Amino acid sequence: MDVNDSRSAVASPRQTDRFRQNLPSRYSRDRVFQASAWLATGIAVAVLVWLLLTILIDGVGTLNWTFITSYPSRKPEQAGILAALAGTLWVMVVVAAVTFPVGVGAGIYLEEFASDSWLTRLIEINISNLAGVPSIIYGLLGLAAFVRLMEPVTGGRSVLSGALTLTLLILPVVIVATREALRAVSNSIRLAGLALGATQWQVVWNHVLPIAFPGILTGVILALSRAIGETAPLIAIGALTFIPFLPEGLQSPFTVLPIQIYNWIGRPQDEFHAIAASGIIVLMAVLLLMNTLAIYLRNRFQKSL
Amino acid sequence: MVSNTAAKLTLKAENVSVYYGPTLAVREVYLDIPRNQIVALVGPSGCGKSTILRCFNRLNDLIPGARVEGQIHFDGRDICDPRVDPVELRRRVGMVFQKPNPFPKSIYENIAFGARINGYQGDMDELIERSLKGAALWDEVKDKLKESGLSLSGGQQQRLCIARAIAIEPEVILMDEPCSALDPISTHKIEELMHDLKKRYTLVIVTHNMQQASRVSDRTAFFNAKETAQGGKLGYLVEYDSTQRIFSDPKEETTRDYVSGRFG
Repeated sequence: MDVNDSRSAVASPRQTDRFRQNLPSRYSRDRVFQASAWLATGIAVAVLVWLLLTILIDGVGTLNWTFITSYPSRKPEQAGILAALAGTLWVMVVVAAVTFPVGVGAGIYLEEFASDSWLTRLIEINISNLAGVPSIIYGLLGLAAFVRLMEPVTGGRSVLSGALTLTLLILPVVIVATREALRAVSNSIRLAGLALGATQWQVVWNHVLPIAFPGILTGVILALSRAIGETAPLIAIGALTFIPFLPEGLQSPFTVLPIQIYNWIGRPQDEFHAIAASGIIVLMAVLLLMNTLAIYLRNRFQKSL
Repeated sequence: MVSNTAAKLTLKAENVSVYYGPTLAVREVYLDIPRNQIVALVGPSGCGKSTILRCFNRLNDLIPGARVEGQIHFDGRDICDPRVDPVELRRRVGMVFQKPNPFPKSIYENIAFGARINGYQGDMDELIERSLKGAALWDEVKDKLKESGLSLSGGQQQRLCIARAIAIEPEVILMDEPCSALDPISTHKIEELMHDLKKRYTLVIVTHNMQQASRVSDRTAFFNAKETAQGGKLGYLVEYDSTQRIFSDPKEETTRDYVSGRFG
């Protein structure tokens, strides 16, 4: 191709027919996709609203202070949620206390310290797979390990056994979320710290973790939200359904809100179904409270950056 | 003359080759870096100048599979020796990166961090002021030390990174294309700053900007790269001499072509 050739190509009259812009069709495709995205959001929200409305209609009537402060009973009008609510709070506090250090610690190790060896990769694959294991399997594991094998420590079908089982269940989620949050931290921050003569831990603790912390917190909270609603693994370890007292310690027998709700829904009387709906409202309130706390904490940490 | 400069050497690279895994990336580099001078490393992309720069503070250690052969003498020791502690070395050989990377913390904390982790015993406020003055940033930020380092402009951020580097009193400062992300005015400020800095420190800078190399540096090393049989690039040192010599009367034809902008 010589110079003349390229000049003549530039000099030739505008060849608009080489481009078919076809704006109407492109814009209409734009609208179609916008509408489908809107529809998808609409469906999701509609289902949620419907669910909430049904629960509220069914449950608000029987939701009162007596319901919250009473123990379960054979008579629906006297039955309350106190033991289950206390059990849920006990279990969640223990789950959070164990999950946070173990899960976040494992995530930090795998992301910041572990060298890329076959062992690390094996661990990574296992963790990803564990996140997909059905929760009932964790229940069976909890039954064998915590209830039977470690009975002297856990006290059998206790708050501690239940909490440790749920911890196992959500640990993979927390580890993966922690790693994602750490990976999102720009590597230039690590280099900046190391180039100043910081050790790896000093860089992680002073610079990487504070930046990743809001993301880690979000992951932990999502995992805890999953744990609070779990029923199957706790039934598998044999959490009781009728508890007319409050848990007194880690080794106390316990029940939790989802088990209580499940139990009430399984009864033939309509009155029990109504208080089950009330129980669901309480469960959702606890969940919302937890998430609010998490968002508050996250915003505080983000602001301090 | 030769023995005179040899006595004042800070860093001396002898037969340094860098491998990434099995691939040889830079081969057989010899560089003498005299004290209180600015040495510029120039050359086309992929010629290994940044790789060599990162040998001086062992930053290549962080890349899995990277391996350095040869010797780099610094203060009577070979810093390529695995027994040399890179954490200790990096306090004495500071670094400024291509993209300004202040910590997302206050201006004060950005500088205090390095001093604190390295066990600085003196008055912190005084050190902050001295470092910021040393980086020609004090007048612009003295009233807002508590504000985030990220609130500064790009050029100010880079000077904050320089302040952070000099706060731990290094002997050498490595700069990896320190002005490539900055506008001309900020670049000019940093170049002026380099002239001040070399009174107290030894500077090694990587730059793509030939004018910058000729303006600021005392000595210039020209690197080039050639294609390898595997399709990768192998960097090597073509010529190393006084900057004036490199830009006016280089020994090698490729150097002449490169510094006059004929390729690269």
